[in-house]
Amino acid sequence: MGRARKGVAPVRDVLANGAVVTVAETRAIPAVAISAVVQAGSVFDPDGLPGLAHFVSRTMDRGTRTRDADAIALDLDSRGVSLSVAINRHVLSLTCQCLTDDFEPTLALVADLLVHASHPDDHVVKRRSEIVTAIQQDEDNPATMANEGLLRLLYPGHPYGRRPRGSVGDVEAMTPDMIRRFHRDHVTPGGCSLVVVGDVQAPAAVAAASRALSSWVAAPPVAPRLPAVVEARERQRLIVPVPGTPQADIAYGFTTILRSDPTYYACWVMEVILGRYALGGRLGDRIREREGLAYYVFSGLDANVVPGPLAIRAGVNAANVERAVAAIDEELTRFAADGPTEQEVEDTKRYLIGSLPRTLETNAKIAHFLQTAEFFGLGLDYDQRMADHLRGVTREDVHEAARRWLDPSRAAVVIAGACEA
Amino acid sequence: MARSNPIDGVREHVLANGLKVLIREEHTAPLASVWCWYRVGSRDESPGLTGVSHWCEHMNFKGTTNIPRDQVKGIIEPFGGFWNGYTWIDMTTYVETASAEALDRMLFIEAERMSGCLYHPDDVASERTVIISELEGGENDPDQLLDQHVVETALTTHPYRHPTIGRIADLRSMSRDDLHSHYRSHYLPNNATLVVVGDVDEADVLARVHRYFDAIPNGALPVASRASEPEQRGERRVAVSREGATSYLKVAYHAPAVTEPDFFPILVLDAVLTGAKGLSLWASFRTPPPQRTARLYRALVDGGVASSVQGLLVATADPFLYILSVTVNAGVSLAAAEARLLGELDHVRAGEVREEDVVVARNQLRTRLVFDADSVTNLGHQLGYFDTVADWRLLGELLPRIEAVTLADVRRVAAARLEPQRRTVGWFEPLTGVSERPA
Repeated sequence: MGRARKGVAPVRDVLANGAVVTVAETRAIPAVAISAVVQAGSVFDPDGLPGLAHFVSRTMDRGTRTRDADAIALDLDSRGVSLSVAINRHVLSLTCQCLTDDFEPTLALVADLLVHASHPDDHVVKRRSEIVTAIQQDEDNPATMANEGLLRLLYPGHPYGRRPRGSVGDVEAMTPDMIRRFHRDHVTPGGCSLVVVGDVQAPAAVAAASRALSSWVAAPPVAPRLPAVVEARERQRLIVPVPGTPQADIAYGFTTILRSDPTYYACWVMEVILGRYALGGRLGDRIREREGLAYYVFSGLDANVVPGPLAIRAGVNAANVERAVAAIDEELTRFAADGPTEQEVEDTKRYLIGSLPRTLETNAKIAHFLQTAEFFGLGLDYDQRMADHLRGVTREDVHEAARRWLDPSRAAVVIAGACEA
Repeated sequence: MARSNPIDGVREHVLANGLKVLIREEHTAPLASVWCWYRVGSRDESPGLTGVSHWCEHMNFKGTTNIPRDQVKGIIEPFGGFWNGYTWIDMTTYVETASAEALDRMLFIEAERMSGCLYHPDDVASERTVIISELEGGENDPDQLLDQHVVETALTTHPYRHPTIGRIADLRSMSRDDLHSHYRSHYLPNNATLVVVGDVDEADVLARVHRYFDAIPNGALPVASRASEPEQRGERRVAVSREGATSYLKVAYHAPAVTEPDFFPILVLDAVLTGAKGLSLWASFRTPPPQRTARLYRALVDGGVASSVQGLLVATADPFLYILSVTVNAGVSLAAAEARLLGELDHVRAGEVREEDVVVARNQLRTRLVFDADSVTNLGHQLGYFDTVADWRLLGELLPRIEAVTLADVRRVAAARLEPQRRTVGWFEPLTGVSERPA
């Protein structure tokens, strides 16, 4: 069992079945956040069935060997617990918050769902119509369509390019057996990280987690088969019509780096200067503050276990789309040519280092931070070391990252809205 | 030791110019949160000037007498901080949360915002198109589009009916002087509550507040609208259509103000119907309610006609609305979803609410009150929010008032408040034949 010395100071233990348990004590409110993550995100969707992991997340909390949907519903609602089951590309997560007094029964329920979820046939039918409705809502939403279009252009033939919920046709082809098989293959203790943060005693919480999960036995997790990501050599453009919407959404981006890349911190600082510092960074200064083109413009960098996307997003009136895209092109070109100022780099580093206490302001935020640290192997004391990584970034490092990645001639540009394809 | 009452340790001071100051020391993290609340929102807007309060909020991030325009960016970020603001029907508010070392900076920003914003004509011009873009972005969402139509139909008289973002014609015609005049007449210390929560010393905070705010003069406040909503005597209906694939249904009833006796029974009724949320707009966005056993979830979502159902009852200064929102499942008609919803509400009105439903609802609300006090930012919000719509001490009364609600209270307000002639039904009906999309 390891323990970091100060800061969040989590306790971490690995159970005999491979499940990792991490606990951090806080005392602000008499409540506990629970986060269970398994390696069952959308990259594990079988070929031809995108959306299966998402479907699993919708039925996972609707029955186990010993509890039916009504019993689970009453367990949660009578304690005021709102359980969220969600997926991203790599993991499926169960997260909730409960009062301290309800910690052990709530943890037992979460464990029961991981180990014994039954995905009942009748709930597969009910949840299917909700998913179909959600997919249709996505298709009416220019922001979602622009984002999905961007990933499709950046990741052809790669799971990152697929729709996380699949299409209506995909979802209609999924059977209860497929859902249960996916759960059996991918929801396994060897791929599980359980994080508990809140008003608990760490040794007692680790012991409770051990009791809840130790009987869980399953085959080791299957590593995803991911094709190599191919960097674009030329500019691509896609228009996705979404009729009737007054505002168009722009998604503009590149494939970039792994989270483990040594230039990660320089890229992070670069991306924050570009599109996040204060109100949207340099892009916000230009497109929102000076030109008044958009209410929102921002960037995001998702460096991951595959070279993740750097995406720029903006919502603009259809008449202003070309002007906004040209402004993004110009800002990227200028950043790559001239680099950042010393002041921008120093201010951004101070901002990111100084933001850490806010990042750790609530139990749920600490749990998310610890899950990220576990997923990328950043260490139990990452909250203590992150600042040193950032302090080491120089202006030249950031300029080099800008030169390397901000090249409009290789950008993928997607426009979704009431426009003609 | 974990705290139990959100107002424990809160100290109130009132400066000579009328500024109310609430300070709460909270030493669990090296952070401080400063909120400055003004009693001005879209309720305070005249026809032709809808959206002026929200536009002022945007202008109040664009430099002041002592914060040059080019130094706005980076004023709080090097302290690891963020700042933001929002405007709604009863209020305009501003927040900074940062390292506690930034306390002085945060108070300086709020004092400058109260008295010295610039309203430069160039900034007014560029912000006009930003706000129109914000309006159009909101209208991209059919649910928001329908919401505005339902509010305007349900309220015929009270200024709560105006959209906070404003009407497009007003946003196109409003002048710099309209904005500046609205700012000058409402941004007065005697119209504001300043809240400081965090890793601070009360005496130190108070000394700094005196230094920054004592010199700001108070003034006469504009006369607030006295319009009250007449009783509704018949069902109203509104329909909105646009291209799309998904249907949305809303039903709105008249809700009491937070200070009225019926507010807490309806709050419990809403938890019975759709699960408990937080007690402010800010808090209610944070996490979805526990609602698997809730009456309308069972009837509509488990019943296969909807993919989601939500209830929204917010603490407001005057009576507003209790709005139920339904996303209708693909292949189900709006009429069928409406019949199911209204049928279930008829059962509830007829007294079919059980003691155990009320026990679960009260327990959920009690739990949410604990969750809503989980950070200095959220605690600061709740103190300022309740002071703006009523009195901050009400925050400490929420738990006993919720616990005092009985089954009989819930049955009474259901029967009285959910009457068919007092409801407004809204449909978003997608235009057919345009649902083909690229794969």
